[in-house]
Amino acid sequence: MTVLETKRLSSAADLARVRAELRGRRDPSAKCVRVCIGPGCAAKGSTKLYDLFVQAVGEAEADVEVEAKGVGCHGLCERGPIVIVQPGDIFYQRVEEPDVAEIFRETVLGGRVIERLLYEDPATGEKATTADEVGFYKAQQRIALAQNGVIDPTSIEDYIEAGGYAALAKALSSMTPDEVLSEVERSGLRGRGGGGFPTGRKWRSCRDAEGSPKYVICNGDEGDPGAFMDRAVMEGNPHVVLEGMVIGAYAIGSSQGYIYVRNEYPLSVERLRGAIERARDMGLLGEDILGSGFSFDIRINRGGGAFVCGESTALMASLEGRPGEPRAKYVHTVESGLWEKPTDLNNVETWANVPAIINRGSDWFAAIGTERSKGTKVFCLVGKVVNTGLVEVPMGITLRQIIEDIGGGVGDGKAFKAVQTGGPSGGCIPAKHLDAKVDFDQLTELGSMMGSGGMIVMDEDTCMVNIAKYFLDFLQDESCGKCTPCREGIAQMRYIVDRITHGEGQPGDVERLEELAELLEGTSLCALGKTAANPVMSTIRYFRGEYDAHILEQRCPAKVCRGLFLYEIDPEACKGCGVCAKNCPEQAISGEKKAAYVIDQEKCTRCGTCFDKCPFTAVLKV
Amino acid sequence: MTANAPKMTEQEELIEGIVRRYDGEVGMLIPMMQDLQAEHGYLPAEQLRRLAKRLAVPLSRVYAVATFYASFRLAPKGQHEVTLCVGTVCYLKGAGQISEAICKEFQVERGGTTPDGLFSLQLVNCLGACAVAPVMIVDGEYHNEVTVESALGVLSGLPPEKESTEGEAEA
Repeated sequence: MTVLETKRLSSAADLARVRAELRGRRDPSAKCVRVCIGPGCAAKGSTKLYDLFVQAVGEAEADVEVEAKGVGCHGLCERGPIVIVQPGDIFYQRVEEPDVAEIFRETVLGGRVIERLLYEDPATGEKATTADEVGFYKAQQRIALAQNGVIDPTSIEDYIEAGGYAALAKALSSMTPDEVLSEVERSGLRGRGGGGFPTGRKWRSCRDAEGSPKYVICNGDEGDPGAFMDRAVMEGNPHVVLEGMVIGAYAIGSSQGYIYVRNEYPLSVERLRGAIERARDMGLLGEDILGSGFSFDIRINRGGGAFVCGESTALMASLEGRPGEPRAKYVHTVESGLWEKPTDLNNVETWANVPAIINRGSDWFAAIGTERSKGTKVFCLVGKVVNTGLVEVPMGITLRQIIEDIGGGVGDGKAFKAVQTGGPSGGCIPAKHLDAKVDFDQLTELGSMMGSGGMIVMDEDTCMVNIAKYFLDFLQDESCGKCTPCREGIAQMRYIVDRITHGEGQPGDVERLEELAELLEGTSLCALGKTAANPVMSTIRYFRGEYDAHILEQRCPAKVCRGLFLYEIDPEACKGCGVCAKNCPEQAISGEKKAAYVIDQEKCTRCGTCFDKCPFTAVLKV
Repeated sequence: MTANAPKMTEQEELIEGIVRRYDGEVGMLIPMMQDLQAEHGYLPAEQLRRLAKRLAVPLSRVYAVATFYASFRLAPKGQHEVTLCVGTVCYLKGAGQISEAICKEFQVERGGTTPDGLFSLQLVNCLGACAVAPVMIVDGEYHNEVTVESALGVLSGLPPEKESTEGEAEA
């Protein structure tokens, strides 16, 4: 798209006119190549593909007008890098560098589809030409991610053309702040960062709180491992976050906002910075927005790499230039937050839902989802699942639909064991609850939580005790250390679980863990500590047998915990190459060349070297 | 952004420039320190002392921030930067063993630098590349689906000089 002359828009009508102009210029048969440069595809080298397409566009004949766009995450990371060619919405997957020339020649210039690069349904073998035909996308409903993968995140023109900033114009020109507030309240939108607090109510409390100025914050400190929803929004469509924030600030009566971005997301910072500048240039941010007299500006702060800063009071401490330690919340941050002023903090995805609610109305939004959880939720579907990626689904969909219909199941012929939601604050949900509906309340009832949207699928090869240890390790590292229950409690729990995974568990350990869990929940200062026991408690609740096997029989049923299972050589598979014997540090393996080798279990220390080294996977865990 | 005081050393000028970039607001201490680290690659003690003095805050306050946040380092970086993801998915797929093996093989601690200064090892929780887990990034280059062997192989092949940032064996 040709870049607009930078011109300040001075009214809602001005914006509508520019949009009409942009749309008028758009030729429906225009050729365009969209390359996903989201984190998953980028890790597979898609930025190089993008460069190659740009180069190909540059070298094309003068009369061929083609555009190459780097776009945000499409979601289907498993099949990345993903390239979409217009016209026709042709969906190519697993594109590699040598394919670029062919795509350019055949599809872009020749209008022919390259069968080989299409998505093939693993069950039916049918090829899908467009994304809509891919099973992964069929059950999804996109609000927050609606423009992801479609627009160029560095182009404000793309966003405006797709209807961007229309909600802001509507709010500023035809709604009072109170009407905006009521609309969001009626929509039933709840915080997408994990807590699920009603967004409208938070806004109203902040608006009604005494004191000025008032601050508005976007929490982009996405710290849960296995979760990158917010990153996908910030990098794939930064303007939707800004638009949501300006609307919120208008409703609340704030003139200064902050976006706090996780340290590991430099591209998010770059994208947001660029978006803020462009929005300012066009009068969509800053002084006198769209000629309405309302002013609001946004500053970006980068996190310092501390998980606890995702907690609202810790985040605010960090914004004030202090270590990110939370405080007790008997006084809410909506009354006394950043610099002790009324502060409203919402998560990236929450903000990204606001423009759609204003545009399409609260009734439309409230019609999606369950009784108490409205709208959609973005999840990162990862782990032992066929279609790893980013999905946005209506609330109330079952876990089974997400994992099996969209995710394509576990794969590799393995059995599903559990799905972990809610990150380190959440829990593991077993197969018998797969038909549970995904909403804030249901997941909490199951001992997990919605959390920010990580959804990690685990198969039979996952040891639940080991997973509990992983999260305790994580939380012990990330506990800020301010309050004793969290600092010492997590360490004690970790000590016990660590012992169990080494076969040194004692009868009564599970009960000790339960006691500590109760203590943490009841006495920790912030949500990090209060929920820290969830991974342990949920695995005890659903997988008690595994704990008992570790403690009473010194046996790890999933064969993960070192020392709690044996290695044996399969005489059928062994080719007698002797690699295992050569590498065994204990000389516990013996045998003749070309005949099956044998492990002496008396000498074996279960180090696993033979298992790692065997070229014929003849070493078995038993 | 240059200071006009004639006697200022280069180091002092740097601090002055950074402080002015944020209008001397003490609340912007973290961004200031991030900028300082971007300049030096780490936070040199004498620069932190200058920063504290310039902002008129106790040095302890600056150190509280420097030691609280994982991204700040008080010692110089190694020649190469190695980032290993130990997010849940990478862990499920073996990142725990990989980090153990790297630490053992190169005598390096998590977040530390090898004794010979060859590389700094940083462990992070989730890079959003779960589809290709476990992931290791060496000087900005992704190595996907790494194993203990391939990770050690990549790191053993690192050239001792920084110039060469490409050409390592693919994982």
